[in-house]
Amino acid sequence: MSETANAKDIEKQLEELTQSPYKYGFSVDMESESAPIGINENIIRFISAKKNEPEWLLEFRLKAYRHWLTMKEPHWAKVSYPPIDYQDIYYYSAPKTKNAPKSLDEVDPELLKMYDRLGVPLREREALAGVAAVDAVLDSVSVTTTFKEKLAKEGIIFCSISEAVQNHPDLVKKYLGSVVPYTDNFFACLNSAAFSDGSFVYIPKGVRSPMELSTYFRINAMRTGQFERTLIIADEDSYVSYLEGCTAPQRDENQLHAAIVEIVVMDRAEVKYSTVQNWYPGDKDGNGGIYNFVTKRGLCAGEKAKLSWTQVETGSAITWKYPSCILKGDNSVGEFYSVALTANHQQADTGTKMIHVGKNTSSTIIAKSISAGKSLSAYRGLVKMSKNAENAQNFSRCDNLLIGNECKAYTIPVMESFNKTARIGHEATTSKISEEQLFYCQQRGLSSEAAISLIVNGFCKEVMQHLPMEFAVEATRLISVSLEGPSVG
Amino acid sequence: MAWFKITNLDAGTGDKQILSDFNLEIKPGEVHAIMGPNGTGKSTLTNVICGNPKYTVSKGNIEFKDKDILSLPPEERAGMGIFLGFQNPIDIPGVSVMTFLKYATNAQRAFKGLEPLDAPSLLKKVKLRAQALGISDAMLKRYLNVGFSGGEKKRIETLQMTMLEPDFAILDEMDSGLDIDALKVVAEGVNVLKSPERSFLLITHYDRLLTYIEPDVVHIMVAGKIVRSGDKSLAKELEEKGYAELINA
Repeated sequence: MSETANAKDIEKQLEELTQSPYKYGFSVDMESESAPIGINENIIRFISAKKNEPEWLLEFRLKAYRHWLTMKEPHWAKVSYPPIDYQDIYYYSAPKTKNAPKSLDEVDPELLKMYDRLGVPLREREALAGVAAVDAVLDSVSVTTTFKEKLAKEGIIFCSISEAVQNHPDLVKKYLGSVVPYTDNFFACLNSAAFSDGSFVYIPKGVRSPMELSTYFRINAMRTGQFERTLIIADEDSYVSYLEGCTAPQRDENQLHAAIVEIVVMDRAEVKYSTVQNWYPGDKDGNGGIYNFVTKRGLCAGEKAKLSWTQVETGSAITWKYPSCILKGDNSVGEFYSVALTANHQQADTGTKMIHVGKNTSSTIIAKSISAGKSLSAYRGLVKMSKNAENAQNFSRCDNLLIGNECKAYTIPVMESFNKTARIGHEATTSKISEEQLFYCQQRGLSSEAAISLIVNGFCKEVMQHLPMEFAVEATRLISVSLEGPSVG
Repeated sequence: MAWFKITNLDAGTGDKQILSDFNLEIKPGEVHAIMGPNGTGKSTLTNVICGNPKYTVSKGNIEFKDKDILSLPPEERAGMGIFLGFQNPIDIPGVSVMTFLKYATNAQRAFKGLEPLDAPSLLKKVKLRAQALGISDAMLKRYLNVGFSGGEKKRIETLQMTMLEPDFAILDEMDSGLDIDALKVVAEGVNVLKSPERSFLLITHYDRLLTYIEPDVVHIMVAGKIVRSGDKSLAKELEEKGYAELINA
């Protein structure tokens, strides 16, 4: 029997659909100032000196570096990649400017143009007062922080971590490494030694941030590692919603991104941390792309503290990331909502850890993965009920959606309970976009591309609704773009 | 060429031929009903007309609006005005009925070269059509067919039909497993849309549906082809005598 034109190999069609060109793959010609390649104590001293850091911070870095030398790169994750040569990476790269910019007018126009192309119109945001405050980190250096004055009126500190070291050394000294100690893991340790910049947030007692705070990370220079460090402290009864976005230019080499995010949430305070991660994922054959090895952890230090992680991960060649909550305060709450989309040869090993320490603590985990092409996606989660976590409870659900026949999805939940009154619930599903679903949508006039995008967005809805509106629109668009065929771009 | 015409069609799945030398012509404004026992190829027919890639055509052709449609993908056939009311509508978790209607409506408008309908107009149109079919606002917010009863699914299929206003609507056993109220809703949907430019093809087991929608032509289909055609009295006759007697008659 001959086939109708419709009866194309559906798998092949799907494969084409999920091979989308990366839209942020440009790099901008800007002079940058780099430390010599590689890492050693001199480089660390160079970075520290460049930033005019106090002695204690240099000591912190050096201790971390010395410890790092004793550590081995972890290989327990379900990802594989060629060995990383840590001496073939630039650890410090800063756009060359004569002086630190005091306002946007002084920022390199090339840089502003780049953020425009990234969809981060800083000027517009400043004009549209009240939308969001943005800290932009290019390569390793924080470029500009908008809305600083407005926030200062509320007593909110939102600046680069380098500035915080200069202007608020006590806060930084007290909390840096308090949630993620430098000994924590190989990549966190390297970050502790070499971190170049990042964002710092302090919300004072009883203050609700009047706007969403956001940071856009961007790797621009070649062979540059990005080791930014974010520290957020929400004092008693405060609230902040924090957004993080990331992109990188298209290069055929792999670039390392080893960041740390530390969050401290005091009594009755709430932090909502949302990420839309779109680092360059590599080309369709798996060349190039960002290695995203990130340690994110928050401590609910006080009672009724609440920390909510929402992440949409569409980028990176490899993602290794487990935003976690330590629920120390009684009645504290941890949440993790995640969508991880992998296509082509991308690999994602992501999940969360909920460590219940206090009484009546509760946590919710909703993890969704969409795998296409030859990609690999693993959910790895730990729910731990400690001895004193009376009446603690957790609910977890992991849903995997497979597109095509060559991708893989794993769910690796670990549950440890040392308290008899604690309750843990776990559900997991794996499904495929069925030919019936596609045909149904097509019969209503949708192209197969539009149908896949609609089905996938429906699948993610439960997570997307936890993103701030503006971000949710961007994330939904990003997922559709990541699934589009080359013809559409 | 013709408005809708199937000529000498052989079709099936894999190596299994289900339709053989199938012929059917429908003119604008006509309502046709195809009746037949289970496994006779009725659903194959509807799927082949709509371009389901699971089915293959080895011979013959299908014309619609003076165009050979066999080479067109399903969405283009839909864009030309062919609608299929599914026997077993699938569910799409996370996508509300309203959202789905928006995407479907605008996709079809694009085929006609029209701008997407703005949100207020769309909302108004959906609510109007939903009301006429006894569909509540709450139901429009539910995820498409997720946890819907058989009757609810068919109501939503009917709502989609009245929203999309197809030129040629095929209803594949839309009446199976329905109570009288739901059956009336489906019939109402068809009767509202009936016009001299619009045709319907009803696939059904029983003459129940045909008491609410009056067909112009009734066909009896057995083993992949039409064996008898007649006016609406044929359906009654079939109900009384059964297939065996009628076919051998």
